[in-house]
Amino acid sequence: MRISKFAYLFAFLLLSPLTLANSDYNMRKGVTDVSHSVYELHMTIFLICCVIGLIVFSVMFWALIKHRKSKGAVAAQFHESTKVEIVWTAIPFLILIIMAIPATKTLIAMEDTSKADITIKVTGSQWKWHYEYLGHDVDFFSVLSTPLSQVNNEEEKSETYLLDVDKPLIIPTNKKVRFLMTSDDVIHSWWVPDFAVKKDANPGFINEAWTKVNEEGIYRGQCAELCGKDHGFMPVVVEAVSPEKFEQWLAEQQLAKTEAAKEAEALLSQTLSKDELMTEGQTVYMGYCAACHQPTGLGLPGVFPGLKDNAVVKGDLDEHIDVLLNGRPGTAMQAFAKQLTVKQIAAVITYKRNSWGNDTGEVIQPSQVQAFIDKASGE
Amino acid sequence: MSSQVQSSEHAHEEHLTGIKRWLFTTNHKEIGSLYLIFSLVMFLIGGAMAMVIRAELFQPGLQLVDPHFFNQMTTVHGLIMVFGAVMPAFTGLANWMIPMMIGAPDMALPRMNNWSFWILPFAFAILLASLFMEGGGPAFGWTFYAPLSTTYSNDNTALFVFAVHIMGISSIMGAINVIVTIVNLRAPSMTWMKLPLFVWTWLITAFLLIAVMPVLAGAVTMVLTDKYFGTSFFDAAGGGDPVMFQHIFWFFGHPEVYIMILPAFGIISTIVPTFSRKKLFGYSSMVYATSSIAFLSFIVWAHHMFTTGMPLAGELFFMYATMLISVPTGVKVFNWVATMWRGSISFEIPMMFSIAFIVLFTLGGFSGLMLAITPADFQYHDTYFVVAHFHYVLVTGAVFSIMAAVYYWLPKWTGNMYCITTAKWHFWMSLISVNILFFPMHFVGLAGMPRRIPDYALQFADFNAIISIGGFAFGLSQLIFVWCVFKCVRGGESVPAKVWDGAEGLEWEVPSPAPLHTFSTPPEVK
Amino acid sequence: MHAALVKKLIITVVGMFAFAFALVPLYDVFCEVTGLNGKPDMEAAQASSLVDESRTVDVSFITQTKQGVPFRVKAKQFSVAVKPGEMSELVFIAKNLSEYQRVMQAIPSVSPGKAAKYLHKVACFCFDRQPFEPNQEVEFKLVFYVDTELPQEVQELTLSYAIFDISDVALVRDDATTEPYKG
Repeated sequence: MRISKFAYLFAFLLLSPLTLANSDYNMRKGVTDVSHSVYELHMTIFLICCVIGLIVFSVMFWALIKHRKSKGAVAAQFHESTKVEIVWTAIPFLILIIMAIPATKTLIAMEDTSKADITIKVTGSQWKWHYEYLGHDVDFFSVLSTPLSQVNNEEEKSETYLLDVDKPLIIPTNKKVRFLMTSDDVIHSWWVPDFAVKKDANPGFINEAWTKVNEEGIYRGQCAELCGKDHGFMPVVVEAVSPEKFEQWLAEQQLAKTEAAKEAEALLSQTLSKDELMTEGQTVYMGYCAACHQPTGLGLPGVFPGLKDNAVVKGDLDEHIDVLLNGRPGTAMQAFAKQLTVKQIAAVITYKRNSWGNDTGEVIQPSQVQAFIDKASGE
Repeated sequence: MSSQVQSSEHAHEEHLTGIKRWLFTTNHKEIGSLYLIFSLVMFLIGGAMAMVIRAELFQPGLQLVDPHFFNQMTTVHGLIMVFGAVMPAFTGLANWMIPMMIGAPDMALPRMNNWSFWILPFAFAILLASLFMEGGGPAFGWTFYAPLSTTYSNDNTALFVFAVHIMGISSIMGAINVIVTIVNLRAPSMTWMKLPLFVWTWLITAFLLIAVMPVLAGAVTMVLTDKYFGTSFFDAAGGGDPVMFQHIFWFFGHPEVYIMILPAFGIISTIVPTFSRKKLFGYSSMVYATSSIAFLSFIVWAHHMFTTGMPLAGELFFMYATMLISVPTGVKVFNWVATMWRGSISFEIPMMFSIAFIVLFTLGGFSGLMLAITPADFQYHDTYFVVAHFHYVLVTGAVFSIMAAVYYWLPKWTGNMYCITTAKWHFWMSLISVNILFFPMHFVGLAGMPRRIPDYALQFADFNAIISIGGFAFGLSQLIFVWCVFKCVRGGESVPAKVWDGAEGLEWEVPSPAPLHTFSTPPEVK
Repeated sequence: MHAALVKKLIITVVGMFAFAFALVPLYDVFCEVTGLNGKPDMEAAQASSLVDESRTVDVSFITQTKQGVPFRVKAKQFSVAVKPGEMSELVFIAKNLSEYQRVMQAIPSVSPGKAAKYLHKVACFCFDRQPFEPNQEVEFKLVFYVDTELPQEVQELTLSYAIFDISDVALVRDDATTEPYKG
């Protein structure tokens, strides 16, 4: 029939630019078999909807044009037909069944509980991700690395603005990677569009997802569940490398961990200069604290306390260290014990105690912070 | 019955005036007007918040507001539009029109009717006041998932809870009133299958309201007790589960969105036949379709939760059930088109809005069908694709139907015809800007932009700028509507009882403007 | 005048209230009958009788402690390969890192979800609230087995414990025993 051929052609012409995945208009094809299936499914359903829409709206616009009172149309008197109602109930129902078949197939394929080659625990917290390679003793935080100056429009934004982290997740290609998601505080959601993996990270429970990446590359996603102030500032960056490179990287990380531990030990017997501590302290402050407490140290009244003339910052050192290490439960102040080294904590405390008019003149050494930790854990 | 009504009429004929008249009125027309004016004011306030959101999202980077305030804007914008604009508008229309459409003198419970309205300004005063208090207003999304809303929220959450309770009580009382009125006060010859579709859809909506508003009250109370009274409904440490919050909320939330669209279907089913000069096609089919939608709305809630870690059986069930809803919805669209087919169509403003509704609501329905497909939903969930979907069904759906209804019945309410030119400007500006505003959201959502973020990666910048411009234009266009309505209330060309030549129904048998008391004696229905 | 109607209405309200109460056991029945049950298993299971020699399942153990919670809990072994039906034991070392008395609650969670009802814990430190003296280190034993009915396609599963400090609600300063926690 002439009309439907035109409709099909029109739809095809209109949609062909949109079938370009990885464009700004459409979902990505991604780099896994699952993501390809999901993309195909998405395009199929979308095209069916387009065709239905075109047919229905064509009929309606035909009526609006041809059956106008101003053109002399006289209203017919029919207003019911059981046969017609049955037909246009049954046909959509059949179309739905046609849609449901590939949808069911794809969903079942995603339910894969076979043995994985590596399992990674993904922990969301406000407002960063933590990755732990289970059974390999490698773990780290992955924090947004876009500088605040770009967010505040003081500097030009990089191409991967808001999608950059300090330590991406590294996974091997062509291996089944299993993810266990959980959260330390509120519900977050770990999403990598190129893998078609999105799973909520619920506090107190674990969820599971898996992927098998076919292509090496860097893949970026974001947190996909409102989790507070910086929900838009906790990206997910995954780098897929060859299995050989992955093994190498893993070994390097394990080595680096032992090296870092040795260095930290050595640091405890050193005395660092105020300058060194202030410089490092400022870097730490801008990267971890300024988002809430502001570069000016003034905070957000009623929400985040200012640190200028702050009682804790200018008062008892033990209490100050405690707040940084363990956070303040029931508030947005996180515990930084696992995120910051002893040196970084000493530096940022020194920085805060000597900035914005808090001229205490105090210099805090890493050994003092370590002493607090040792005392607290009874070792 | 009618004689009792007569005597009470005379009893309060020494009418109240001024503020007291509006504070103590038990008249369905006056209460209807109160609801509609309230809804318009809330629409503008919620719209202002949307303007703040779009202003911040106009460019990447943080320019105007901090992220915590941005989250308050998105949260309160949602709460106001759902509970302060759309629902009260439909309730206002119900109050004005249902008694007249069934030949009743007023609602069955007029004093409760007064209270249903008057607690609303208090509820929203509480909610809006929390924005100005230390710590700010609610910032956890209108869906207030735990534990963000429990352990990780500030103390103004208690105010949010109280406000929601009051809104819920208002809706429940209103729903009771609607049901009792329709069941008991129909004119004797107004049998069930002669009821206007608007009355049917509101009857069904009222049952949905009574079923689910208490669930919302439960959810919000559990949030309160988890926060202040040591319960652990949503806290794993005490044996609870945050996902259970989502089940409870969406068991309310999904029927809620049908509550916000069924009356719209009723309005379109009233306006299209009038301007096609042809009876509604498939009346009984429309009634059954509406009932099917209402029933199905109870068994699809977890399609909002596909990423929470549901078992496969659950995901499949909710996918199939959600897809099923498109069948009765499609039937309704076909019936409207069949009503127009071989009719004698004219394009007055209410008809323009209704045609726009049919096309654009259906577009929202298509994105809804795409969202129903679970594996694809993993890529759409919590992105702007969802935002596009629900704004199409709610703005070009529910809101357009409300505007259509106002343009349809305003001459009946006021006795004046509004300025058609002004109304045309409102229509075309709204139609164009609403699509500039919401259509590109499909693209950025598919391209990977999450919801509820105050700042975004650079690849989303161009579309966000376009969207924001559409937003500002749409917001400004609504001022034309306010002006048009305001002018019409003040005065205009007089209209007869039957304002539109194709109109059917009892409301067109009373004079325009409709006198304060109509159908004190029940009419005969053909 | 409306006595009969009022009576009916009161009976309806009372009936609804009773129904709401009855929903607690009714939900348990529903979950059992349908098998849809996401609740963490907080009661000791019966010991197993048969063993399925034909396959092994990898069971791994992880603990999740929020930053700032002063407990450290680690399984002595990250994972074990077990045969369905075979009883296994695993030791967890738990330490109170603070200078105060504290009470710990471990909440179990199993992934994949469909394996949850096949992991039977015969003895678990998660069944009870666990009191700790300052800086105390304790060894806990988890005794468990995987049901022989575990679907064939599940080749590995993970048991995770979320560790919570519930001292502020559970701490009893005098020497009374703390009540066992029921999920």
